[in-house]
Amino acid sequence: MDVIGQGVKEGILLILSLDPELIQVTLLSLQVSLTALVAAGLLGIPAGTFLALKNFTGRKLILNIIYTLMGLPPVLAGLIVFLVLSNRGPLGEWQLLFTPSAMIIAQVLLGFPLVAGLSARAVMSQRQEVYDTAVMLGATRTQAVLSIIRESRMGIIAALTTAMGRLIAEVGAVMMVGGNIQGKTRVLTTSIVLETRMGHDSRALGIGIILLILAFMIMLLILKLEKRSFKDDSTIQIV
Amino acid sequence: MKKFRNHKLLSILLILTMLVSVFAIAGCQKEEAEPQQQAGDSVPTPENPQLKLATTTSTQDSGLLDEIIPDFEAKTGYKAEVIAVGSGAAMEMGESGDADVLLVHSRAAEDEFVAAGFGIDRHDVMYNDFLIIGPAADPAGIKGGDDAVAALTQISDSKSVFLSRGDDSGTHKKELSIWKAAEIEPTGDWYNSVGQGMADTYRMADEMQGYTLIDRATYLANKENYSLESIVEGDELLFNPYGVIAVNPEKYPNINYDGATAFIQWIISDETQALIAEFGKDQYGQSLFIPDAK
Repeated sequence: MDVIGQGVKEGILLILSLDPELIQVTLLSLQVSLTALVAAGLLGIPAGTFLALKNFTGRKLILNIIYTLMGLPPVLAGLIVFLVLSNRGPLGEWQLLFTPSAMIIAQVLLGFPLVAGLSARAVMSQRQEVYDTAVMLGATRTQAVLSIIRESRMGIIAALTTAMGRLIAEVGAVMMVGGNIQGKTRVLTTSIVLETRMGHDSRALGIGIILLILAFMIMLLILKLEKRSFKDDSTIQIV
Repeated sequence: MKKFRNHKLLSILLILTMLVSVFAIAGCQKEEAEPQQQAGDSVPTPENPQLKLATTTSTQDSGLLDEIIPDFEAKTGYKAEVIAVGSGAAMEMGESGDADVLLVHSRAAEDEFVAAGFGIDRHDVMYNDFLIIGPAADPAGIKGGDDAVAALTQISDSKSVFLSRGDDSGTHKKELSIWKAAEIEPTGDWYNSVGQGMADTYRMADEMQGYTLIDRATYLANKENYSLESIVEGDELLFNPYGVIAVNPEKYPNINYDGATAFIQWIISDETQALIAEFGKDQYGQSLFIPDAK
């Protein structure tokens, strides 16, 4: 109990101290996870939409693989990326191992199935009427598909927030492919692991608080964007 | 339609069968394992059989504990839960009463730990040594030497890639003590503080083709997998003694002090010391740890 109280205190002190090393670690966390989120979104939303709307052989199989990979263990993703980028691996000459780029690649691997799978679900839950209405109102095929995506945005935003939560909190993959090098690839989560290993429990808790605040602010931002886009729509209310 | 439903039912049945068989196999293994344990269990089970041993990653990563702990459990009836962390964290666990007995290598810190009243009954157990390993290309030009201070000075001067454990472990403290002896404050792009265990640091050093300080046990246990070579060894500064300490039961009444005492008596006994001396000989042609309990 003492440790927890001390951790909260230390967390606040840490934030107030504006420790340059901690700021650098925090910024790198943001850079890695946000880049990975954007990449996973840019790949995952179109892929999910395509899988939801287009019928072709093997579609079910691909969907099932994606659903399975939504539970891909981060260490496993890390190991795969590690082996590919290792000096002995196929892309060894790129010299990406133990750089932020490697961490982003591993996180995209984790985030993509989540975004694609949940987006596909969201789009699939739309009814045929949306498409039909759009076409009836004179929309082209592309416009009609876009309107379906627009109608699915609640689910797609949920997909992005879920992925964001997973990526910013993820430690196994970034530890393995980033290497937790001080000043180069150390992020908030790997700092927590290190501080805990060194027995600095309250400092670890303090960094954890920073991580939570960060996650909270990102969620707030996403929810704010969501709210704005739903301004004109009425939400369900029980009277 | 009916055909389809049958199909669905069939696949659900199939999945259930698979799950059940997995559990069944797991169950069988447990059943097989239990009688074996009972056969060796001629000693009465102690009152509190759970013993938490906090130790360094090097004793775990080298495979020493896997080799000798079964003998301890068979002889005393205790069940050792091994928590492998850095020496610093192990002692923190002792200080907070989260471990019963420590097997660590950080002599100065150990003495402080005992002096502060957190630990009692400290004994020497064994020692091994550290070596500096690095790429065969040897960019710092230090291969074959036996002067650790000169070697690190060269690495720093040539700004060759160096990896530091950076985790407050015994190995990290040893590294810092050599930098201190060389009167160098290691900073810069070439100095990578990775904050990870020995085996992870070794793997990273191999990937980055950098130098690092490593204990002989972890080095010998893993060297076939990696390309790094021994660069500097044999310096007295690289000596690495291990000690065993019981956590003081007066600080924490819940501590399993009886278990800790049994562990200490066992590890400094002649038989266990012989086991330690034997460990690694068949595989590497040399002992990984030299016993030195008195």
